Amino acid sequence: MNKLKQVKNIIITKPQKLDCGKEISNFPISYETYGTLNEKKDNAILVFHALTGDQFASGKNPITNKDGWWSYALGSGKAIDTEKFFVICANVIGGCMGSYGPSTIDEETGKPIGTNFPVITINDMVNAQYNLLEHFKIDKLFAVIGGSMGGMQVLQFVSNFPDKAHIAIPIACTSSHSAQNIAFNELGRQAILADTNWKNGLYEQNKTSPDKGLAVARMAAHITYLSKKGLQEKFGRKLQERDDLKFSFDADFQIESYLRYQGSVFVDRFDANSYLYITRAMDYFDLSKQFNGNLSAAFSNTTSKFFVISFTSDWLYPTAENREIVIALNAIGADVGFVEIESDKGHDSFLLDVPDFLDTLGNYLKTNYKTVNEKRI
Amino acid sequence: MKKEFKVISELILQNSKVLDVGCGDGELMKFLKDNKTSKIRGLEISKNRVQNCLSKGLTVIEGNAENDLQQFPNNSFDFVILSQTLQAFLDPEKVISELLRVGKKAIVTIPNFGYWKVRLNLLIKGTMPVTENLPNEWYNTPNLHMCTLRDFFNFCSKREIKIFKSLALKNDKTLNLSAKNLAWRNLESQLGIFLIEK
Repeated sequence: MNKLKQVKNIIITKPQKLDCGKEISNFPISYETYGTLNEKKDNAILVFHALTGDQFASGKNPITNKDGWWSYALGSGKAIDTEKFFVICANVIGGCMGSYGPSTIDEETGKPIGTNFPVITINDMVNAQYNLLEHFKIDKLFAVIGGSMGGMQVLQFVSNFPDKAHIAIPIACTSSHSAQNIAFNELGRQAILADTNWKNGLYEQNKTSPDKGLAVARMAAHITYLSKKGLQEKFGRKLQERDDLKFSFDADFQIESYLRYQGSVFVDRFDANSYLYITRAMDYFDLSKQFNGNLSAAFSNTTSKFFVISFTSDWLYPTAENREIVIALNAIGADVGFVEIESDKGHDSFLLDVPDFLDTLGNYLKTNYKTVNEKRI
Repeated sequence: MKKEFKVISELILQNSKVLDVGCGDGELMKFLKDNKTSKIRGLEISKNRVQNCLSKGLTVIEGNAENDLQQFPNNSFDFVILSQTLQAFLDPEKVISELLRVGKKAIVTIPNFGYWKVRLNLLIKGTMPVTENLPNEWYNTPNLHMCTLRDFFNFCSKREIKIFKSLALKNDKTLNLSAKNLAWRNLESQLGIFLIEK
């Protein structure tokens, strides 16, 4: 956790009213930037991360020493080209990479806030990150982009701030968390709560850690990020370093071993309470409900140009749910493009090397940056 | 650019709102965007073509005219274009009524099955016609509902659709087309271009 002191952050001094009714102030938002903000300040892109992401979207994550979560899409010469664009990515509030969250130390007690942290929403996350525009004195972003929970933040951002982004690209997301989405999140939360080391969220004080619960949560979630076909092709019924079944509950199959590994590395980089809070925020997300059941009304004042992207094998946020966003935007005559990208990599497609996706995204940004600039001249 | 697209673009008013249904690689959209109006959208069924269009900065939605036109409100466009695809739909009648609901006017172009070479093909050879404009065999053609210029005239009058303007293309030459010269035009032209209104 000491390393976290070195991450960049701003302290938000002005009070922010949360959806739960509480007010927070003097809280940190940690962030990272890529590329250079030009003089006109017209080349800024705000990237929103997904459930278990953080501000380290590209390059080496200094805390985990792993590649940033969007290294395929973001960087020099990549789709989101940092030679051209200035990219800001912030850790969401509720997260555990330096932003205000349940692992933040309460100055009064000297201990982590834990479950005394207020329940937050996607709206709260977006409102907190908006402060970064003021910090960098950016009047209007060129684009807001995000996949999965990042896409939900894109939708909320353009709804809250209709004239603050030229381009909005929600990827593999939904405007309203479905019963199935909530069910999977609840499964993850219950795995954490069932771990006796969770200690009502006060595990650090008790010098324990609900690693097993958090690992199971990650394993269950990880299955939802992949497609059946992808899993079958990669693992099938292949055995893990053995010639035959062992008639035990060891990891006989490669898929078991893979999931166990995914669970075990996850607990080293993620906080269990953050997992509870962020999944809750996703479950509470229902943009149309915020506008009395009329999703179009969420975008009624928008000046942004939209590009909605989904993936054929994504069954977590399937094409039909992404299309709902397109339909709502078309109903009010907004400028919206849409494509479903062919991929068997499931929901995770947006994080992976999917050339059709990366090429289209890159070309779209490049062409539209030129057009937006021409209009200004 | 195809002669057909030039004729279509001449029918479109400056700065009007346009939807190109089945926009392909966006050739017509790009031309209209550069010369007529920035308020142009496309609908296209092929993923690759949608990706090409989006890469060029054109606003295109992946979708099928038979199902996906319903998301657009009534009269949300000044012109809706349907170029040489009416014959490929399962339910062309429904598509036409959707075009006229979504658009104040529609521009529909039709490969003419009454063209003399087509007629001759069937008459002399006794096989389903294969021509430059209709290159497929009967077993692999996407064209389910071929019609002639006269058929489309009859259809419009039966459904009380107003034909605002009609033109015929004969070897890339634009000819006027009306009820008076229909018999002859229906024989000599490869393509009909209709500006219609409910």
